[in-house]
Amino acid sequence: MTAAIAPGTRVRVKDDWPEERGPCHIRTPHYVRGRTGTVERVLGAFPNPEDLAFGRPAPRCTLYHVRFDQQPLWNEGNPRDTVLIEIYEHWLEPVSEGRH
Amino acid sequence: MAAPPRPESVALLEKLVAALSAKGILTEEEIAARQAITDRASPETGARMVAKAWTDPEYRALLLSNGTAAAEAMGVTMAGAPPLGVLEDTPTRHHLVVCTLCSCYPRAVLGYPPHWYKSAAYRARAVRDPRGVLAEWGTHLPDNVEIRVVDSTADYRWMVLPMRPAGTEGWSEERLASIVTRDCLVGVALPKVA
Repeated sequence: MTAAIAPGTRVRVKDDWPEERGPCHIRTPHYVRGRTGTVERVLGAFPNPEDLAFGRPAPRCTLYHVRFDQQPLWNEGNPRDTVLIEIYEHWLEPVSEGRH
Repeated sequence: MAAPPRPESVALLEKLVAALSAKGILTEEEIAARQAITDRASPETGARMVAKAWTDPEYRALLLSNGTAAAEAMGVTMAGAPPLGVLEDTPTRHHLVVCTLCSCYPRAVLGYPPHWYKSAAYRARAVRDPRGVLAEWGTHLPDNVEIRVVDSTADYRWMVLPMRPAGTEGWSEERLASIVTRDCLVGVALPKVA
């Protein structure tokens, strides 16, 4: 297991669409792919559901609670509102400078 | 009168159970025991946990740091259940739980999910227009209260710890639990003093 990403770190959800490449089981919602959020906390490590769903050996992956601001996701809503989502580490990438 | 035809799913289930028993993986008794646990679970369990947290600071701390242990402390069987996380409402933050991908729900402490929780409309709208959805439940929150939607996407299950309403001073745990409804524990409603 890789070292955990610290709470408060800005992260980007990969803009990846495995659905277009064949059968898969993904727990990362469409509406945050390619979006930037903040790690709220580390939730633990769980067998990767993407393997588990197909009966394959499932390595344990670190699961994070990642917080996103509502408004940038939908271009509407109250600027205070947020959404908190469980996302696996292999879906997260570092945010490069000046990118949001 | 002829008996109604047996659904195909029943025959399929019987074959599956027979195969699992034959292989020694699962017994009929184990299935019955698990069914009993599932049927016993109801929102009253979550309500009792909230009422205890409102009156017992030590239990409140346990509930927020380790929901699974807090449920077990109330006699809930959590073995085999996903870990339980508890979301603390404050004067400036309100939580609303949804599962946009399917219908993940903290069954161990809330029982079976209501039909609307599983509907495409709730799953799509709660995450995009939480204030609109809450308003339809008659739940109106001021603009300066953050609404935090918790999309239950993976291995945890989430329950809301609402704020204890004014006017409940001196109430017993039992009386407090009576105003904590299932909808309060999902976050679409707030506990109300009648």
